[in-house]
Amino acid sequence: MDTPPPVIQLHAASKRFGNGVQALAECSLQLAGGEFVSLLGPSGCGKSTVLRLVAGLEQPSSGTVQSPALQGADAATAYVFQEPALMPWASVFDNVWLPLRQAGQARAASHDRITAALRGVGLQDFGSAYPAELSGGMKMRTSIARALITQPRVLLMDEPFAALDEITRSRLNSDLLDLWAAQGLSVLFVTHSVYESVFLSQRVLVLGQRPGRVVAEVRIDAPYPRNAAFRRSAPYLQACAELSAALEAAYGDTP
Amino acid sequence: MKARRLLPALTLLALLLGWELLVRLAHIPHYTLPAPSLVAQTLWANFGSLAGSWWFTIKVTFSALALACAGGVLLAAVFALSPAVEAALFPVAVILQVTPLVAIAPLILIYIESTTAALLLCAWIVAFFPILSNTVLGLRAADANLRDLFRLYRATPWQRLRLLLTPTALPYFLGGLRISGGLSLIGAVTAEMVAGAAGRETGLASRILEASFRTETPKMFAALTLLVFTGMLIFWAFNALSHHLLRMRQKNG
Repeated sequence: MDTPPPVIQLHAASKRFGNGVQALAECSLQLAGGEFVSLLGPSGCGKSTVLRLVAGLEQPSSGTVQSPALQGADAATAYVFQEPALMPWASVFDNVWLPLRQAGQARAASHDRITAALRGVGLQDFGSAYPAELSGGMKMRTSIARALITQPRVLLMDEPFAALDEITRSRLNSDLLDLWAAQGLSVLFVTHSVYESVFLSQRVLVLGQRPGRVVAEVRIDAPYPRNAAFRRSAPYLQACAELSAALEAAYGDTP
Repeated sequence: MKARRLLPALTLLALLLGWELLVRLAHIPHYTLPAPSLVAQTLWANFGSLAGSWWFTIKVTFSALALACAGGVLLAAVFALSPAVEAALFPVAVILQVTPLVAIAPLILIYIESTTAALLLCAWIVAFFPILSNTVLGLRAADANLRDLFRLYRATPWQRLRLLLTPTALPYFLGGLRISGGLSLIGAVTAEMVAGAAGRETGLASRILEASFRTETPKMFAALTLLVFTGMLIFWAFNALSHHLLRMRQKNG
């Protein structure tokens, strides 16, 4: 595999918050164009901080961060949070319209793109529904449609499926891979699930206890498309075992 | 469902009936406690003269409420934009809120020549604080993730206000409005009680005072009935308004 230039690059990036908490210490990582990479680590290890740095929502205390969001590329970066973060007063259609609306695009002019995005996540019949009427999985699908509506180069996902039940979660995992393959996205995916990270990613980076830095990297070379059979295959189980051990080591002796 | 709608009406009817029976059976004189039937008769007979006062009270109440909305929302927006202004002005708003209206109404009546303007100011003072404090709360309540999303997509301040802050603050504002609607009526009546029957135009409070000087108890009750009716109308109207505006997010997704 020839390596395309990195889309995202953190070089010795540290982040200390105003309250003195150091979330990241000299964290370095990079993401090539079109790559699917997961960040795995104990809770509170600074995984989310990496995403926020890449999105330009936080500035590093030291070190450098390069990403499309920081180069002023409008709408090249999309962010999906653990909560669907939908506007309860707006319909599914209008929620998905939001990023285009902020870019000054009229509702009528965006209609086809929104419809296509809704079809992409299987919500074509729910455009006029309101978030309160949707299940947790459907809300998350809406959130993903909203993220992809701008056709971003980079998709940042912060434990997006953590609150969902197992079946919904594995369906969304498969659908996410389809969308990723179709759109040529680079995905940086934060999770605390070993299984999820192995199923989805080409590479998994393990972050150590706070202050976080990358302590291990595991490549998952299995080809895509990956399906339910992959979850029972030897390479999958082997990668899971390897990652679990790395995660165990990252936890250290904390109780 | 039907029973729940019927229940309050039946309760009210039972109370009126009990009142009527009590007055009749205990032979309570009408200048002490008039029966509801007599109040209704008095109201009917005097409606022509009471209507003008009723209209005046309604005018003061709704003008004060409109000004309270405008002032409260505007000030809340300024507070949301500038914490320094909030720190400077919030104590003043609290002082206005905690000072009993009856205690400052006489002063306001001295300083402001027009009684109507003075009444308006009194009603405004009590009505504006709930709108202000609720709207300030509402403007701050925007979802943190959505706020990040607006930053990520480089939304303009105007977009943030229109698409995020205003819809977020709406239920809070409506909560304030429901409280203020009742308060502006109370403010208008209380201030007029203090002012006494002065000025060319007078409201229902003056008519109650007037009737009390003449021991026309049924007429006092007639005016009071109109006040109660107005208060309930305001409450229902704003309840319906907020239900209508928020119906899409009742379950709060």
